[in-house]
Amino acid sequence: MSNLVQEKSSDVLDSQDRLRFEMLVLPHLDAAFNLARWLVRGGADAEDVAQEAVLRSYRFFPGFHGGDVRAWLLQIVRNTCYTWLEKNRRNQNMAEFDEELHPNQSPSPEAIAIAGNNRERLTQALESLPPRVREVIVLRELEGCSYKEIAAITSIPIGTVMSTLSRARRQLQSALANPAPKEAHHEL
Amino acid sequence: MSCDRTETVLHAYFDQELDPVGAAEFERHLDQCPECTESLTALRSLRSSITGAPLYQKAPAPLQNKILAELRSSRPTVFPRRSTTNWLAMAAALLLFAIVGWQFLVAHRATDKELVLAAAVVDAHLRSLQPGHLTDVLSTDQHTVKPWFDGKLDFAPPVRDFADRGFPLQGGRLDVVQGRTVAALVYGRRKHEISVFIWPTTETDATPRFGSHQGYQWISWRKGGMEFYTVSDTAASDLEQLQQLFSKL
Repeated sequence: MSNLVQEKSSDVLDSQDRLRFEMLVLPHLDAAFNLARWLVRGGADAEDVAQEAVLRSYRFFPGFHGGDVRAWLLQIVRNTCYTWLEKNRRNQNMAEFDEELHPNQSPSPEAIAIAGNNRERLTQALESLPPRVREVIVLRELEGCSYKEIAAITSIPIGTVMSTLSRARRQLQSALANPAPKEAHHEL
Repeated sequence: MSCDRTETVLHAYFDQELDPVGAAEFERHLDQCPECTESLTALRSLRSSITGAPLYQKAPAPLQNKILAELRSSRPTVFPRRSTTNWLAMAAALLLFAIVGWQFLVAHRATDKELVLAAAVVDAHLRSLQPGHLTDVLSTDQHTVKPWFDGKLDFAPPVRDFADRGFPLQGGRLDVVQGRTVAALVYGRRKHEISVFIWPTTETDATPRFGSHQGYQWISWRKGGMEFYTVSDTAASDLEQLQQLFSKL
C-alpha cells in the first residue's frame, strides 16, 4: 500500500510538471522547429525531428533546474538533429544528387531585383554551408541568440562561435553578390 | 589597431557583444578605418537581406497540437507497459485509478478557488499599470522600500533588490486583493513590469503553481508563513527565475 501512495503522489506531481512544461517549453516550439528545419533541411523531416526533440525534452524536464529554457531546448533539438542526420546520411546524399537532376530555374533579371530572389539565394547558400557553420548563423541571425547562448547550445567555445560566424557571413555575402550559384559545376 | 586582428572584433561590435569600453574603443577605430566601416556596412546589409527574405520558419500549427496530445496521453512513469498480464498489478492499477481520480477532483476544486484568487491578483497587477499607480514608494533601494512598509502592514514582507540578477527593484506599494491588504513589490525585467504580491498565511509551505489569466502569467507559492503571487506579461521563464530568487531568501 505504501508503494501505491508513493506512485499516487508522483502522478500528482506529473500533472503539475506537465503544466509547467507546457508553459515554459512549448512557447519555444517555433525556435525548435526553425533550428530543426535548417539543420535537417526539410519541412516534413523537421516536424518529426522537432516533435521527437520536444518529447525527449519532456522526459529530461525533471532534470531542468531553471535557467535559459530556450537554450536548454535548442541543445536537445540540435542533438536530435545530428542523430537524425547521422541515420539519414545516405538518403541525404541522394537528395543532394536529386537537386542536381532538377536544377533550379534560372531567374529572370527582373526577378533578381526583388526580395524573393534574395530569399532563394540565401536559402540555397545557407543550406550549402556545413551544418556546424549553418547552425551558428541560424542561431545568431534568425534566433537572435547571444554568443554565450550559441556556445551553450552547440558546446563550442565562444572564440570558435565568433570565427564561425565571420566565415558563414562571408559565404552568405558572396552568395548574394554572385548571381549564378551553380557556377562551380562548370568546372566539373 | 591592425584590421586583420579586428575581424572578430568587428563582428562582436556588430552583434553588440562588446562591453561599453570595447565598443567605444572600436568606434574610435572606425573613425579612422574606411575598411572596417565598409565591412560594417556590408554586415548591416546582409542582416537586412536575411531579415527581409524572411528565412525564419515558424512551426506549423498542427505540430503543437500533436505534441500536446502526446504529452497528455503519456503516463510512462505510472503505467509502464508490460508484455504479460499481471492481474495483481491490474487490480492495483484500478485502485490507483480510483484514488487518483478522487485526488484529481479534490485538486481541481482547490484549483478553482486558486483561479479566482489568481484572477484577482492579475487584476491588481493590471490596475497598477495605470499611469502613476505602479509604485507608492519609488526606490531601487531595498533599505528604503522595506521600512516604508513598517506601520502600514501587520507583517514584514521580504524586500530584496535583485538588480544583479536582472530583476531591478523599482519600488513598492500597498494593494488590496480580495479584501485583504497586501504588500506589492515591483520589479523591472527588460521592458516589462513584474508585481510580486505578498501576504501572511497560516497554511504550510507549497511548491510553485503556474497559470495564466488574460495573457498574464502568474506563479504562486507559499514559504515561511507568506503567500507569494508574482504576475507579469513577461516570459514565464523570467517569472520562474524570480520565484527561485525569492525561494532562496
